[in-house]
This record gives sequence, C-alpha cells and structure tokens, in this order.
Amino acid sequence: MTSLPTSRPISSAVPGLYRADAVGAPRGIRFDRVVKAYQPGQHVVDDVSLAVEPGRFVVLLGPSGCGKTTLLKTVNRLVEPTSGSVSIDGVDVSATEPVALRRGIGYVIQQVGLFPHMTVAQNVAVVPSLNGWPAERQQARVHEMLDLVHLPAEQFGARFPRELSGGQQQRVGLARALAADPNILLMDEPFGALDAIERTRLQGELIALQRQLRKTVLFVTHDVDEALRMADAIVVMRAGRVVQYGTPLEIIARPADAFVGELTGAGDLVRLLALMCVADVQLAQDGELPAGAAVIGLHADLRTALSAMLASGTTRLVVTNDAGAAAGTLTFEAMLQAARAAAEKPAP
Amino acid sequence: MSYLFRHLDVVAQLSAEHVRLVGVSLLIALAIAVPVAIAITRRPWVGPPVFGVFSLMYTIPSLALFALLIPVFGLGFWTAVVGLAAYAQMILVRNTVAATGVDPAIVEAAHGMGMSAGQILWRVQRPLGMPVFIAGVRVATVSLIGIAAIAAWINAGGLGTLVLDGIEHDYPQKALAGALAAVLLAVVADQGLRMLERRLAR
Repeated sequence: MTSLPTSRPISSAVPGLYRADAVGAPRGIRFDRVVKAYQPGQHVVDDVSLAVEPGRFVVLLGPSGCGKTTLLKTVNRLVEPTSGSVSIDGVDVSATEPVALRRGIGYVIQQVGLFPHMTVAQNVAVVPSLNGWPAERQQARVHEMLDLVHLPAEQFGARFPRELSGGQQQRVGLARALAADPNILLMDEPFGALDAIERTRLQGELIALQRQLRKTVLFVTHDVDEALRMADAIVVMRAGRVVQYGTPLEIIARPADAFVGELTGAGDLVRLLALMCVADVQLAQDGELPAGAAVIGLHADLRTALSAMLASGTTRLVVTNDAGAAAGTLTFEAMLQAARAAAEKPAP
Repeated sequence: MSYLFRHLDVVAQLSAEHVRLVGVSLLIALAIAVPVAIAITRRPWVGPPVFGVFSLMYTIPSLALFALLIPVFGLGFWTAVVGLAAYAQMILVRNTVAATGVDPAIVEAAHGMGMSAGQILWRVQRPLGMPVFIAGVRVATVSLIGIAAIAAWINAGGLGTLVLDGIEHDYPQKALAGALAAVLLAVVADQGLRMLERRLAR
C-alpha cells in the first residue's frame, strides 16, 4: 500500500474539518485504514483514518487501552501497522528507513527517558550528534534549546538528569526532542507523571512554544482538561476506533455519542464557556462606560467573564480591546445565547 | 611462612603462571560470554537453554571437570584454560545479560530518537551496564583464581603446584605458601576491580 485510494479520499473521514489538497502531495500526517492487532482478531487500533494538517496541535484522547499510544507509535514506526498505511507529506513511512525517519520526528514520553550517564547538554545534543553536526553547531543548538525551555545552559547544561526535578527533566526531554528541529513532534502523555502545578505550568509553556514553532504535534493524553486546553483538534478514541474528530468546541458542544459526552463532560456549559472567547459574542454598544464597571479583555474566555460577573455581582462587563479602549458591553444574556448557539450548531 | 620467604623467586614465578592461566581463560571466556549474552538479550528464547547448559557445567566439581577434559585435550595448560573458561561462562553471561537490562523507558527513548540497535548498545547500554558487567568479571576472576589452583593437578602449572607438592611431600610450609599467594592474588584482583566498578558507577 503506497498511496491513498482515490475512490475514498481520506479527508472524507473528517467531514467539515479539512479539505484534501487539489494539487501536489498531501501535507501533514495521514493515517489510512490503520489496523494493529497483536493477536489475530484483537484490534488494538481498528481501522483508523485521519488527516493531521501541518502545524496543527492534535490530541489523541481516550481511556487507557483505547489504542491512542499504539496509533501514535505507528508514525515513527515503533509500531508497524498490521494493515493500512501511515504517510507523512505523502510519503508512506513504511518505505522509509526507520532510523532516518525517527531522527526527523521529535519524541517525548511520560517517563522522559533521559540518559542518566549524560549531562543535560549531552542529552539535548543526542540527535544532532547522531546526525554528525560539528561540535560548535551542536553547542549553539543546545544553548538555544535550553533557553527555549527556560533552563539556561550555563546553569543546567553540566548537571545530570537525577539532579533535576520531574518538571525540569521533562523540559530537557522536550528540548532534546526539538534539538534537530523536526517538523513533527510526538508526545505520549508527556506531563502525566508531574504534579498538578508543574503540569499546568508546562502545558502553558508548550502552548506558548507551539505558537512560536508551529510544529505538527500529536499529543496523547487521557486528561480531558489537558486535551481541551492544548488542542487545535481532538481525536476521541475508544476500543481502537476514532469516535470523534473535531475542535475542542465541537467535541464539547456536539459530542458524537454518549461515550464522548460522558468522557468530555459535554453538556457542562461552564466547560463550553471556557472554550469560547468574548470576541465570539455579539457585544452591546451602550455608548458611555458606567463608572467603576468590571472590565474584561476581548480575548478572555467566557468562563473568566462569567467568573468576573459573579465576583462583581453584575450581569454586564465592559469589554476592552488590545489598545485598552472600550469595545462594547458583554451581557449575561448575550453570553448565554452564544453558548446555546454553539451547543446547537457546529462551530464554523 | 619460612618457605615463602626463602623461595620468593619460585612463588613469584608460579604467581605469574597463575595470573597468565587465569588471564587467558578469562579473555577466552569473555570472547564467548559477551556475544552469547547479547544474543540472549536480542532473542530471549535463547536464554533458558543456554543457562541450562552453563548451570549444569557450573555444578560439576572442578576436579571432575578437569578429569573429563583429559581424554579430549590431554594434560597441560590449554586443558585447564578450557575448563576455567567453561566455569566462568555462567557468571559472565548472567551478569552481562543483567548489565544490558537498563530501564526500558531509556531504551524506548533511544529508539524513538533514531538510534540504531548498535548505537543503543554502545552509547546507552554499554556505559549504563558497565558497573554490573565489571562486577561479573570480578566475581569470575576471583573464582577462577581459586579453581586455577586445582589445575596444577593436570600439569597446568601455577600456584597449585606448591600446594600439591606440599601435600605430596608432607611439607605444610610449601602448601601454605601456595595457598597464601593465591589468596593474595584474589584479594588484589577483587579490590582492583571493585575500584574500577566504583569509578564507572559514578
């Protein structure tokens, strides 16, 4: 199997999300009818077709044992599909040399897997050194990467992994995965072993990093809040199958079935509000600002807005734009209407 | 003790023979054990039959093993080497396999980053497993120094010669000199390899 069947464009498996490119090779990661069975008849991954556009942050979400990690590992060929194919930018990965393929794909796992006998700097330099970069270029890259994850090389480069906290170790894991500047980043529950504070902090940093780097990210988690917070799109999996593929808002607002609804807490309107922003709501134009009114930014999410309303005891918030000027008034009624509308029809 | 001090030259020469016997046996043993251990880590089903054979060899008393080898190899140095190398297999293979047993997460990360099997062995498993491997070499060395004393019985030379002569000629001083020298060798080898182990564990 080397190319996608023309009779059944893969993008048809993801209605409303992406359109297949009319010309040229399809970009990004494509799974075409991927099946993985360790024992005959027991499909860990069961006929999965998906397209992941370049530069998107896609989360594979589902309970443990649903096949999300197995699916992830078919991309860098740590797992070979029993049938079906995985392609990157139109090239079937089974036609590539695994070692070369993996050097072009960043890989981050929950247990981090830093090499305990190497310093932090040496760990980050692993793939550049495998690729035979000259020493000065390796060193420059190590500095750049460690700065990116807020572990300055002067301070941390010479330390050994065991001298770092769990969160710091995973930052090094991320720096190591990014060192050879791969286009694709595979992350298998990278923050699963961290305490809540560290996890939230690293999520925030990864979001900021992704805004800057625009990698194609496949991110496995069973944590719904993590998925909703990080994802451009979420793939909900159960028993090896894709149950739903959509934006966080679509998943919460229009769960494909009861399983998705229960897993993601759909129908929880507060969760829905967290995924919408003030700019999504029709603002009232009242003219002058009431003195001492509560103020909210145009890009804040509606959950924060609701919280501000509850805190200030009003149902009206003054909305300010990036310049700090008033852009209108957010009313509770308008917010409610927008949330209901989102829950009833698919997001654009 | 008087024999030891009066015949230091003889004891030194036999010690050198002893070291040579153990050293050659150990090198040959390693040349077999390391590839066998790597094969076991790559194909786990190889393990049980190999360990079965080696542990059987390990249970044969050393004198009996040497006796069994005489019809095949005759008397002398190389017969002893074969016997000693066979003895060391159990210890060396077991420890070398244990040495490759690094945290699976580390090996997975290495695979995921695009290291080849050879690179993982050389860059990850070798440095991480080295202290365990050296511990195996140490235990094997100390065992072989002891067993090699018995090899004098098949004309392989070494410090066992003093012990056998001493017993045969009812000359306890001579036997004692051989035994003490062998103990000294074992202690020196043990301490030296322990130091190496500690250095590599850091």
